[in-house]
Amino acid sequence: MTDKTRSVSAINEGTVIDHIPADSLFDVLSILKLDELENQITFGTNLKSERYGKKAIIKLEGKFFEDDEINRIALVAPEAKLNIIRDYEVAEKKVVGLPDEIHGIAKCMNPKCVTNHQNISTRFRVKDKKLVTLKCHYCEKITDKKHLEIL
Amino acid sequence: MLNANKLSFMKNKSLISITDYSRDNYLKLIEIAEGFEKNPRQQLLEGYVIASLFFEPSTRTRLSFESAINRLGGRIVGFTDASSSSVKKGESLKDTILTVSNYSDLIVMRHPLEGSARFASDVAPVPVVNAGDGANQHPTQCLLDLYSIKKTQGTLENLNIALVGDLKYGRTVHSLMMAMSNFNATFNFISPDSLRMPDTYKNYLDEKGIKYYEHDVLEDALPHADIVYMTRVQKERFSDPIEYEKVKNVYILRNAMLEETKDNLRILHPLPRVNEINEDVDTNPKAYYFEQALNGVYMRQAIISSILGLR
Ligand SMILES: [Zn+2]
Repeated sequence: MTDKTRSVSAINEGTVIDHIPADSLFDVLSILKLDELENQITFGTNLKSERYGKKAIIKLEGKFFEDDEINRIALVAPEAKLNIIRDYEVAEKKVVGLPDEIHGIAKCMNPKCVTNHQNISTRFRVKDKKLVTLKCHYCEKITDKKHLEIL
Repeated sequence: MLNANKLSFMKNKSLISITDYSRDNYLKLIEIAEGFEKNPRQQLLEGYVIASLFFEPSTRTRLSFESAINRLGGRIVGFTDASSSSVKKGESLKDTILTVSNYSDLIVMRHPLEGSARFASDVAPVPVVNAGDGANQHPTQCLLDLYSIKKTQGTLENLNIALVGDLKYGRTVHSLMMAMSNFNATFNFISPDSLRMPDTYKNYLDEKGIKYYEHDVLEDALPHADIVYMTRVQKERFSDPIEYEKVKNVYILRNAMLEETKDNLRILHPLPRVNEINEDVDTNPKAYYFEQALNGVYMRQAIISSILGLR
């Protein structure tokens, strides 16, 4: 482990999510519903990063994610890296990747979309994983990264 | 020759968006619509109940559907605008659709919200035909446009098509462009600067290698056109009223402008028209917009009977 990651206390077993853009930290917490977890969670933000100036890091004691679950954070933290920790050592490294479909995380940017007026969970097809462009299953309009709003 | 089985894709399936279907599907539906034009009174829907749910009024589209259903001998239940229904009392779209599904074999729906028809088709156990979901899709309009083009030109292939008016927000021109891009059309776009064809559609044509040209002046596109598709330029679309005043009379088709045009040229318009086609065009044999509306009845007969597996 580098000195930077050690600036937030180490964990025994669990997951470290690194390289989160600092301004996306709260979106990541909400997408992963970490506020509902009972596990010990520590996070650090506004840490120095060569890539984007400021980054955030989350450490979850005793928590491991399914790929489907963790990949959803690629919407707001496309370069996030996962370290799976077992016995204080990095047992496995993973990168996140956007899935083909996104269900119920992002808001459709079309104000006339039915999902913004009825109790309907949003559903998008990911048109471009690099640029993060989402096509609404219902109104067929594109929501791009600039207009992305996390529900 | 088209294989009759090709339309089994439609059986019990909803019709929501024109892009859900292929060029073979369009051609097969046109063939079936031709059959209804020759013999419009066929009692295929005897004993069937069709729900006609108009969450916003659209008299023209509703009458066309009702005429098609009646000519097929079917019965209609439903409402003509949401104010006279349980929707007004706050019932969710899902509940309305699930309830009405109990009473009908197929739902025709018009709704002001975009994506409402797709949502309805996801929850309804019966097929849904989208009769317009806000500015999004109106596939039966597009199919009747294709039928009108085929009928007047004898083919859908290699035609020169001028799209005129509001090309930015006009869903009919977008759908027609997408559908006709399957038939090697050449497009001419004529619109005010602020209502140009959006880049996403132009990129789509570029990717498919389809030729298109943009013009400011209507006359430039007329001499080569096989089809001129006129649409309304609506005042509400302009943030600057001065801009609207500048262009409002620029995109008006007048009879004198049709002198040097091709014999096979036909003028289409989804109606209602305001002033974009001068009334002196109406008696010109190239004016086709009223027959175009009649074609909608045959096409809707074809769509409903195909979805119910009766054709
Ligand atoms: Zn939408």
